[in-house]
Amino acid sequence: WSLCIISTPLIHWTSRSKQSAPARDQFQEELVIRPLHSGDIYASFQFRTLWDIDFLQERQKVSHYRLFPKSLGQVLSKFSVRELHISFTQGFWRTMQWGQPFIPSPPGAELWVWFHDTVSDVDGNWKELTNVLSGIFCASLNFIDLTNTVQPSASFKPLGLGNATDHRFLRYATLPREIVCTENLTPWKKLLPCGSKAGLSVLLKSEKLFHSSFHSQAVHIRPVCQDEQCTSKAWELRQTLNVVFDLYTSSQGKKEWSLFKMFSRTLTEACPLATSSKIYVDITDNPELNPVTPLLSQAVVLGDRRTYSVFDLTRAETFGQLCSLNLLLRWKGDSDMLRPLLHAERYVAGFGLQTGEIHTVIYNNHPYRAFPVLLMDSVPWYLQLYIHTLTVTSKSRDNKPSYIHYQPAKDRHRPHLLEMLIQLPPHSMTEVTVQFERALLKWTEYTPDPNHGFYVGSSVVSALVPSMVAMNTNFTQDQPLFSSFVPVKEESSYFVRVYTEPLLVNLPTPDFSMPYNVICLTCTVVAVGYGSFYNLLTRTFQVDEPSLPLEKRLANLIRRIRGVPLLA
Amino acid sequence: MDYYNLMRIFAFIHLLVSIPHGYSNYVETKAGQFFSSGHTNNWAVLVCTSRFWFNYRHVANTLSVYRSVKRLGIPDSHIVLMLADDMACNYRNPKPATVFSHKNMELNVYGDDVEVDYRGYEVTVENFLRVLTGRLPPSTPRSKRLLSDDRSNILIYLTGHGGNGFLKFQDSEEISNMELADAFEQMWQKRRYNELLFIIDTCQGASMYERFYSPNLMALASSQVGEDSLSHQPDLAIGVHLMDKYTFYLLEFLEEVHPASQANMNDLFKVCPQSQCVSTPGHRTDLFQRDPGSVLITDFFGSVRKVEITKDTINLTSPVEPPIQRSGSGDIQIESLTYVDQLPVAEIIHQKPKQKDWHPPDGFILGLWTLILLVFFQTYGIKHLKHIF
Repeated sequence: WSLCIISTPLIHWTSRSKQSAPARDQFQEELVIRPLHSGDIYASFQFRTLWDIDFLQERQKVSHYRLFPKSLGQVLSKFSVRELHISFTQGFWRTMQWGQPFIPSPPGAELWVWFHDTVSDVDGNWKELTNVLSGIFCASLNFIDLTNTVQPSASFKPLGLGNATDHRFLRYATLPREIVCTENLTPWKKLLPCGSKAGLSVLLKSEKLFHSSFHSQAVHIRPVCQDEQCTSKAWELRQTLNVVFDLYTSSQGKKEWSLFKMFSRTLTEACPLATSSKIYVDITDNPELNPVTPLLSQAVVLGDRRTYSVFDLTRAETFGQLCSLNLLLRWKGDSDMLRPLLHAERYVAGFGLQTGEIHTVIYNNHPYRAFPVLLMDSVPWYLQLYIHTLTVTSKSRDNKPSYIHYQPAKDRHRPHLLEMLIQLPPHSMTEVTVQFERALLKWTEYTPDPNHGFYVGSSVVSALVPSMVAMNTNFTQDQPLFSSFVPVKEESSYFVRVYTEPLLVNLPTPDFSMPYNVICLTCTVVAVGYGSFYNLLTRTFQVDEPSLPLEKRLANLIRRIRGVPLLA
Repeated sequence: MDYYNLMRIFAFIHLLVSIPHGYSNYVETKAGQFFSSGHTNNWAVLVCTSRFWFNYRHVANTLSVYRSVKRLGIPDSHIVLMLADDMACNYRNPKPATVFSHKNMELNVYGDDVEVDYRGYEVTVENFLRVLTGRLPPSTPRSKRLLSDDRSNILIYLTGHGGNGFLKFQDSEEISNMELADAFEQMWQKRRYNELLFIIDTCQGASMYERFYSPNLMALASSQVGEDSLSHQPDLAIGVHLMDKYTFYLLEFLEEVHPASQANMNDLFKVCPQSQCVSTPGHRTDLFQRDPGSVLITDFFGSVRKVEITKDTINLTSPVEPPIQRSGSGDIQIESLTYVDQLPVAEIIHQKPKQKDWHPPDGFILGLWTLILLVFFQTYGIKHLKHIF
């Protein structure tokens, strides 16, 4: 009890100090817990900072940062960034077993940035931006260069406010090999206003988060509407963390989950700097939830109407008598999962180290509606694609895409970029195949472990999927964060992005000891062959006098001293 | 009686006078000791050069030194940590996000707030030498730079697989002892260090410091030339050896050290004698100007700040209020801003082709124009040129 009493005056004090100077930034935090049909549990954290300021205005030099992290603010103003999306993911999202995620992300690291129209050298800004971000997030983002950057022409439209979208200002890159570990989580947590000391971020303990099937942390920065009338812009920074805990490794096979089991922590207070701090638990399939709360909310997200139990952490009574909140969730039985309407897979076919075939399979599980999808493929230059072998078949019939944008690769300069708008027939499987040939790399271009293989980044499938339930197009301030990430323009469809698996291809690996062997062999041949020939031609033989016995040598010494000619 | 009393009083007064004098002497010697090292900041460069899961122990070595150095006060901004492979989140690690140094998983040296500056493929000989000499590309972030000055004490720790005169980086390249000595000479000439402590835990580690020739260098190695450094103990659950012997006993020694400790370098030289380490650790102090017995461990491993207390008051300037900018009092933006369409199908299909870069005219076009001009001048003659232009 005493702990609860101490914490509430703190909240009152900070709110009073806020009233004295009008705060132009606000912070909201949210956790959504969704039990999945396979017995796993999906937890999605979202931390949002909204700041009413314009970084790109010349006259106003921003020097006072309160909730918005200074390192990111300086990056935005220095490089004239309009939108920045970066994600670090460990594991692959299994759409067929888990449904659609709230925030999709590909395995490894992904960075896509929209620059402002005033930028004259986009490539230079991009290179410096990747280096700065690699320092902020302790990741090897400096490996992003022109050989793995593409400029998509139709995918990755800005998720924020804006009208003109000239794709010359967009850059997209992925690093499928990038490892995510505590060293990436630490600086990510430091960007939060409360750090990892208070609020929902106390649950972010790395030993539990990385012992999961899927872990993804992301930072999304974009300009959004400040209010419902949408007359002015505000900067929004969203830090999202999605994690799926496995039934067998974390819960010993029992479909009983609690906050303590998932995160090895319980909640004791909300972040004092947050205006709203909520936990939403998905109870649509009627699991057993303890403690029960009277607050319920319904939201339509990803084409499905779901009911959530809401826990408001800014209210002291949520924490109960023990001053700590530990949610217990239990469910049994298998009910039907809503089948995800869009799903994609990708694999490499073929044998040997010379040629191969990339197959991308897209499934449309809608029973009667057809809809178009935009498939974007970025393949590194060392897999030389033969576009004349590109085939798109649906239901074993040829399906001609209505838009194809192909930019061929330039060896060691640029990767392949293939974007296609394909109309998917209802309830069908569409297969896109293209043949490729593996190139020979120079021996210095191989990684220290070349026999592991080389990664090809995930394909991105973007689509407006027809929704069974009417989506909410109104923008309200107290909308839960997980439903307001993607702007909804029309009621009948929702935007979804599906990432396929990354590919791992083996390139023909040379024997790296060969330069050493060649040098040894060549030097030996030259020494033995040419050397002996040279000796034969240029060596002269001289008759050598046998060495004198000791007495004669002594006598010679005395004669040399006397200055007299020596003995023979 | 009076005489004796007087003597006693005199002796007492003499004692009273001499005590503060003796005390001030004591304070002066202490102060002298305090400011004798001459450094104002501490840096650490900790490098693990081995890749692959079976070299878990090298990562654990580096992380245990990182942990000690952080515990004794050096902040992350002054530590350049280079790990050539990721062991903590490796798929073969049965306990993800942990790296253990003691068997039975007693001590997790990876911790909860580690910041690795160079990881994976970035740990190369070139990057290591660039970090030491400061010759990095201008876009390198601050956390990847060694921003030391001439009053910095630097600790450099290397571990991995090595041989007589070289250290192997990531199974594909090596750094020789001559390159390292030259790098330190560059650092000396550019005044990038005040004193430098070099510790290396590899096989035949003493060969790496044989060629040093710059002043103010002290070096320690885990084994002499011709000897192998051995690993300590395996953990049966993880399946690999967790630490090397020398760094294991070094960690045990450093766990006893706290920021105010007076342990000096002579104690560090005694760490891991041959009975424990099997190899003979070596050290080199001939290039170092101070006596190793007077060098504190915290001079290199910790970041003990020298504080001068002042009794003067300092007036701080009043904070400047930033002027609250209003977005133009006159103009009212009536038109509301909208979000961009995520998948505008019609727009995409009818997208104008991207503006192609200008290329010089093709051979055919050039030939065509030449033909036209030739025919023109044939018919009309050059002298009519001035009428046309």
